[in-house]
Amino acid sequence: MKLSMKTEVLIIGGGVTGTGLARDLALRGIACTVIEKKDINAGASGGNHGLLHSGARYVASDPAAATECRAEGELLKQLAPHCIEDTGGLFVAVAGDEENYIADFPGICARSGIPVQMLDKEIAREMEPTLSNRLIAAYQVEDATIDPFKLSLDNMAHAEAHGARLLRFTAVVGFDLANHRIRRVTVKNQTTGEKTTIEADVVVNASGAWAGEVAALAGARIPMVYSKGSLLVTSERISRRVINRLRPPTDGDILVPGGTVSILGTTSERSASPDVIYPKIHEVDHIIEQGAAMVPVLASTRYIRAYCGVRPLVSCEDACDDRSVSRGFALIDHGRGEADIVENLITITGGKLTTYRLMAEKTADLVCRLLGSTAPCRTRTEPLPNMVAARWTEPGLAPRTWMERGRPDDLLLCECEMVPQAVVDDLVQTLNDHGDTPGLKAIGLRSRIGKGPCQGTFCSQRVAAYLYDQGVWHADRGIFELQAFLKERWRGQEPLLWDISLAQAELLEATHCGVFGLELTPSSSADRACGRGGPAVEIQHVETS
Amino acid sequence: MSKHRDITCQLLVIGAGMAGMAASLFAARRGIDTVQVGLGGTIPFASGLLDLLGVYPVPAGQILTDPWEGMARLRRVSPAHPYTRIGNQDMQAAWRQCLGFLAEAGQPYVSQAERNMQVITPVGTVKTTYAVPHTMAAADDALVRRPPCLLVDFAGLKGFSARQIAATLGASWPDLRAVRLAVPRMQGELQPERLGRFLENGEHCRQIAATIHRRLDGARAVGLPAVVGVHRTRPNFEAMQQILGVPLFEIPTLLPSVPGLRLRETFEQHLPRLGVRAWYQHRVTAVEARRANEFRIGIGRDADGFRARTQAVILATGRFFGKGLHADRTAIRETLFDLPVDQPPQRDEWHHKDLLHPAGHAINRAGLAVDDCFRPVDVNGRRVYARLFAAGSILAHQDWVREKSGSGLAIGSAYAAVRACERLLG
Repeated sequence: MKLSMKTEVLIIGGGVTGTGLARDLALRGIACTVIEKKDINAGASGGNHGLLHSGARYVASDPAAATECRAEGELLKQLAPHCIEDTGGLFVAVAGDEENYIADFPGICARSGIPVQMLDKEIAREMEPTLSNRLIAAYQVEDATIDPFKLSLDNMAHAEAHGARLLRFTAVVGFDLANHRIRRVTVKNQTTGEKTTIEADVVVNASGAWAGEVAALAGARIPMVYSKGSLLVTSERISRRVINRLRPPTDGDILVPGGTVSILGTTSERSASPDVIYPKIHEVDHIIEQGAAMVPVLASTRYIRAYCGVRPLVSCEDACDDRSVSRGFALIDHGRGEADIVENLITITGGKLTTYRLMAEKTADLVCRLLGSTAPCRTRTEPLPNMVAARWTEPGLAPRTWMERGRPDDLLLCECEMVPQAVVDDLVQTLNDHGDTPGLKAIGLRSRIGKGPCQGTFCSQRVAAYLYDQGVWHADRGIFELQAFLKERWRGQEPLLWDISLAQAELLEATHCGVFGLELTPSSSADRACGRGGPAVEIQHVETS
Repeated sequence: MSKHRDITCQLLVIGAGMAGMAASLFAARRGIDTVQVGLGGTIPFASGLLDLLGVYPVPAGQILTDPWEGMARLRRVSPAHPYTRIGNQDMQAAWRQCLGFLAEAGQPYVSQAERNMQVITPVGTVKTTYAVPHTMAAADDALVRRPPCLLVDFAGLKGFSARQIAATLGASWPDLRAVRLAVPRMQGELQPERLGRFLENGEHCRQIAATIHRRLDGARAVGLPAVVGVHRTRPNFEAMQQILGVPLFEIPTLLPSVPGLRLRETFEQHLPRLGVRAWYQHRVTAVEARRANEFRIGIGRDADGFRARTQAVILATGRFFGKGLHADRTAIRETLFDLPVDQPPQRDEWHHKDLLHPAGHAINRAGLAVDDCFRPVDVNGRRVYARLFAAGSILAHQDWVREKSGSGLAIGSAYAAVRACERLLG
């Protein structure tokens, strides 16, 4: 085992809470390290619809959460406008929806201080022409959308600029405890299998749906409920605003724009574990049918991806529907209480994307109390900078930049989303700065590559070839990378394969199995991580004389 | 209705992929009065390599040295597989006629009697196939002997990196080097087709060969992307080979491919010469079965079109990419005659959760079930029409992608269907 590394605060989990906490602590001058067993936003932070709640969704079930959402939403619109599209939102009811809920809605919104404005049905349909002609009520609210990947990448990059560290593909495997304190944390590099230890004054468990499992490693118990939610991505943007169904929360009741696409959600299914979850075919069909009642074109539009996340909910005994389990967050000081005392362990879980900053603030306050620090929170007032490392997730930015630069030799590697070589260069640089050799999945996460209608059929190999040419990859790493990337994309395609998408999948398989034989090729993992690569390929000119 | 007069024929072949082309060829050779209709857009999405049977059994991922031996085992185990309905003699005759046609048309293929051949792919894997364009034949030998070898690629040709191939194969091929060439006057992005048309010009090929020659540095074989011309491939390739003085081979590129384009243009040019009345870039707009022995088929580009009266039809319209089959969220349909499609009962069973699962995906075995004459049958095994035949990838009970059997299926079933059709036409 390697020598121990030291940090004041070790944060377990690189989702929106963990990265938000890293920034909060770093701005208070507290040294921290984030470890993430996969990559940024691998859990629920990446498996949601990117909604910045106005609070209206929770007015009936959880008024406190509604008020929190409203306040944080307003704050984030001020402090992180580059991550947000202030789309506005509608709540709409169609014939057959519960009339009492519709009638009560404006009143309970007002009680929680959530701004809401009644709309004439015809005006609502002019504002959003895809709405059903069976509309019976419409209200305007202040919903917006937020890019959770950009948010986490920006938070982390800003934290790093203030001294924080990020270790990706690093999983916690054990805690050394003595006298109810964590002395050392044993972590494992998921790529190389190598184990090291980290010493920290305070350990924060920000592992979302995995919070129960991580706490259990320290002998602490958190009763978790795993509620899986599945979402669908359309190939085109369907509406300008967020469209919510005006009825008690249920499946298929929200359509959220996300740049050039729309996201239809969600389901709620109990899951026995937060691992190995898939969007299922019956869920897909169900949310399409439900969504089509508000927006009929959803029945026939093309979907390009399905994905899911596990809501990390801390259970309360009498809750029967997972939607009624508090979406307010759980902040647990494991040093207090009667049993399972761990003095320097904190767990933060639950909550919502919209309230991530508040969760980070409250957690950092507790960390400071344990450390005896009086440094105040700065994330409530200081804007989140638009960091260079995080900019390529934005739809449309890569093509715009490419056209402005106008370099004919800067080839488009992803033609669907128009991502050129220069963007890949940029991401390689960022990932290299973190000490990683960049893989296809990491590049895909930080850009639009593989997210268009071809779903990786062509761009995967184009990027692979380019990375060899640039001296980034060597040996047979490309085989492993293509297999892993395409399998990951497939998880999101498989439940949606009918019509054109099925034809596209056939071409994908004909290329990667029929011609390349990737299903027959064992992938060696040797040397995968350690290449620093070499010089870029040189070009020889054909002599014409 | 149209500027064209309605037409009559003995056989109408629907589809201009490999199966449709092969069916038209075989029918014309037998003197059957044949009309062919098809959009013809999908052949370039084939690699240009002609597979027969590369893997069997599929779940074991066992790569076959001898496709005929594999086929014998397949026939014993899988009575419903289309190969079980095609005897070795017919299969061999089909290949002989098809490769003979391609050779006469100036695009010779190379195959071995009793063994598969191997080529290098752009990701650095080795693909097993049956017949390869003559431009790829030297790869098979190079893969066996692994001599010092220079791999060439072109600046601007995306998804093709000689360095990637060299690095991936490098562990088992000691002296494999890469060089990148910039083609004069060809800046920015180069699609394979654009390079292929550029290299129709023999002078361009000679300049490239001379440049490679100066960088051989002891290499005993040279590989380059499959872009050496579309029609003038043979003379240009031979000229390059002569300048180099060492074996030269083409390596498939990403799709759409130039070898696929060569196949399409060869068929499109030469089948009419053999008497096939071809309507490429046209599609079938309507079908009507009249009595037992007559079909009326609407043909056109858009609404504008004409009708063909035919005594028999061979349906070679492909699968989902070729639009012969279509799926909505609940079921798979055959798109022209609404023929019964053998398919899994539910969408849940169409695909495996793992893209690369060794068993393959159940949906790929869905398709048209046929009788021994390659006539589509219903769930009870009764043929639907006496003179409607099906050929190629639309057939059920095969997985051409995983078996590496696409061309064998197309050519073999087209041959069997044409023979059955000839017998029935009397």
